[in-house]
Amino acid sequence: MSEHNTPLIQVKHLKKYFPAGRKEVVKAIDDISFDIYERETVGLVGESGCGKTTTGRINLVLYDKTDGQVLYRGQDVHQMSRAERYRFKKNAQIVFQDPYSSLDPRMTVADIIGEGIDVHHLAANKRERLEKIYSYLRAVGLNESHASRFVHEFSGGQRQRIGIARALAVEPEFIMLDEPISALDVSIQAQVVNLLIRLQREKGLTYLFVAHDLAMVKHISDRIVVMYLGTVVETAASDALYGKPMHPYTQSLIAAVPIPDPEKERRRSEETIQGEATIAGATQGCRFRTRCKYATEACAREMPSLREVEPGHFVACHNLDQVGR
Amino acid sequence: MAQAKNTAEALRPEDFVILRERSAPSDLLVREPVGYWKDAWRRLRRNKVAMTSLVVLGLFLIMIIIGPYLRGYDYITAAPQYKNADMSAQFWLGADALGRDLFSRLWVGTRVSFVIAIVCTAVQVVVGCLYGSVMAYFGGIVDEIMMRILEVITAIPSLLITILIMIALGNSAFSLLVALCIASWCPTARVVRGQIMQLRESEYVMAAEAMGERPMRIILRHLLPNIMGILILDVATSIPGYIFQEAGLSFIGLGLQTPAISLGLLISNGQAVMNSHVNQLIFPAAVLCIMVLAFNLLGDGLRNALDPKFRK
Ligand SMILES: Nc1ncnc2c1ncn2[C@@H]1O[C@H](COP(=O)(O)OP(=O)(O)OP(=O)(O)O)[C@@H](O)[C@H]1O
Ligand SMILES: [Mg+2]
Repeated sequence: MSEHNTPLIQVKHLKKYFPAGRKEVVKAIDDISFDIYERETVGLVGESGCGKTTTGRINLVLYDKTDGQVLYRGQDVHQMSRAERYRFKKNAQIVFQDPYSSLDPRMTVADIIGEGIDVHHLAANKRERLEKIYSYLRAVGLNESHASRFVHEFSGGQRQRIGIARALAVEPEFIMLDEPISALDVSIQAQVVNLLIRLQREKGLTYLFVAHDLAMVKHISDRIVVMYLGTVVETAASDALYGKPMHPYTQSLIAAVPIPDPEKERRRSEETIQGEATIAGATQGCRFRTRCKYATEACAREMPSLREVEPGHFVACHNLDQVGR
Repeated sequence: MAQAKNTAEALRPEDFVILRERSAPSDLLVREPVGYWKDAWRRLRRNKVAMTSLVVLGLFLIMIIIGPYLRGYDYITAAPQYKNADMSAQFWLGADALGRDLFSRLWVGTRVSFVIAIVCTAVQVVVGCLYGSVMAYFGGIVDEIMMRILEVITAIPSLLITILIMIALGNSAFSLLVALCIASWCPTARVVRGQIMQLRESEYVMAAEAMGERPMRIILRHLLPNIMGILILDVATSIPGYIFQEAGLSFIGLGLQTPAISLGLLISNGQAVMNSHVNQLIFPAAVLCIMVLAFNLLGDGLRNALDPKFRK
């Protein structure tokens, strides 16, 4: 990735354990590292419950971390002073996964979008505030007449747009998009993705785009990070990952994307992995090994670490020579 | 068939006019966005029943304050010469069995009932909020224990508690307050606990945090409006409940007792002479009914006004 050289966000050996009952913990994130460069889109992919939301929220200091670091322009976001945190929160925003619970039912759309403008004093007076609110509404494909309404009057897709407008309103440079389209109708998904791509181009935004399947992120992402049960198993440029997936889990994810050809589709279905992701039985060693057909005893002994197999292409697997395509 | 053919022939391409995009009507729809409270007030104002109730209650409030002094009579000392006087220019609503002006006594009684209801409601809301937020805030074992206490209190029939306390503490305004308040805050505490727990987890509060909103402002902008609606409603529906309870207890002799004056006592006295002097029963009873009805109707209007879902 020669065009962007400064990492905007660096995630280093991040861990997050949630307490679960007495003395037990859920290792929602277990030692993950990846970088996000300026003006790029990083896709974060993995099945439900693998820790994508948690990762994104720790990056924005909405959750505390257990261990590791998140650096924003070289500065640890969890060690910031109050003033630095305030500035950071203007620069980094979030669009939530659930368009229903993430908007206050007792606020008008104007106030929801205006909140960030108020917090960061981005408008000199009421008139300018309203102008800005209208312009963000238009930017996400809504209009002025929506401003005085309450959120229950909107559809899921419209709410997601309001959520995007709210994030845009503080003029951030980074937005974490937590499955912004998975709650939407297929027909609207493309619209919202195109909207996001357009906004990125216009405003020079950096995205962390979370999704649970590869098909969704493939078009929008420059690079993709694949997570499996709290660990990163593979990261590479979008094309490289798609063209030459190396980790068995990534391969099965790609195999899971339906192909519009009955012959190939049948073969694809046979390759798709079966079963549920479980942490049980995989407390040590590679977490994917219980579902991996290449698993050896090395996988049970030791957690594989990310290795740079090709320039910019990192994989965490002991048996790459067997796995290859 | 023939008709359809006719229609098809009647419609020629030239007949269709391309309409320009009309922007004017959509502009008309643009309403200046207002905040939650302003919007709620606007919705309440449009509700005729609720506004009438509000006006009625306003009039009652004025009468509670000035009513007893309007006629300038002594409404405490007995005046045997006016015993059970009928309605007249002198005694607008008549006089009671001891010859005291009923008009003055009615408003004093209303005042007492009203004050008891207000104080009880205040205690209920304050204690309920504190108890509920402590439960929600600390959670875990504290929540467990406090919840069990609450369940024990609500498990005892409230009328029983009230009667026991009135017997134990004797008939006075204070013991009536204690008796009415002792269990009343429990439902409020439960509601507040649930609301806060739900709100604390909600993503819109997290979104405000992500924006860098200060905790104080989060409380003012998000938590309060979401809890206030429920609390205002709780207040509006609790007040008539207390007015009724006081009247009921005093009527059966368990609440206040003469020489105190309250709506319940006035109704009880009026009932004793109901056959000969019905005015002594009707007026206190009418004031009680109208006041309770007005509060309930206002509460209904508030419920609709405070919930944006009822917005037209
Ligand atoms: N507040 C919390 N307390 C305890 N456990 C949590 C909490 N939040 C998340 N977890 C656990 O952490 C794991 C990762 O959750 P996370 O929400 O990050 O998953 P996700 O990848 O976003 O999944 P999805 O695609 O379903 O949104 C899950 O096992 C979840 O049960
Ligand atoms: Mg998630």
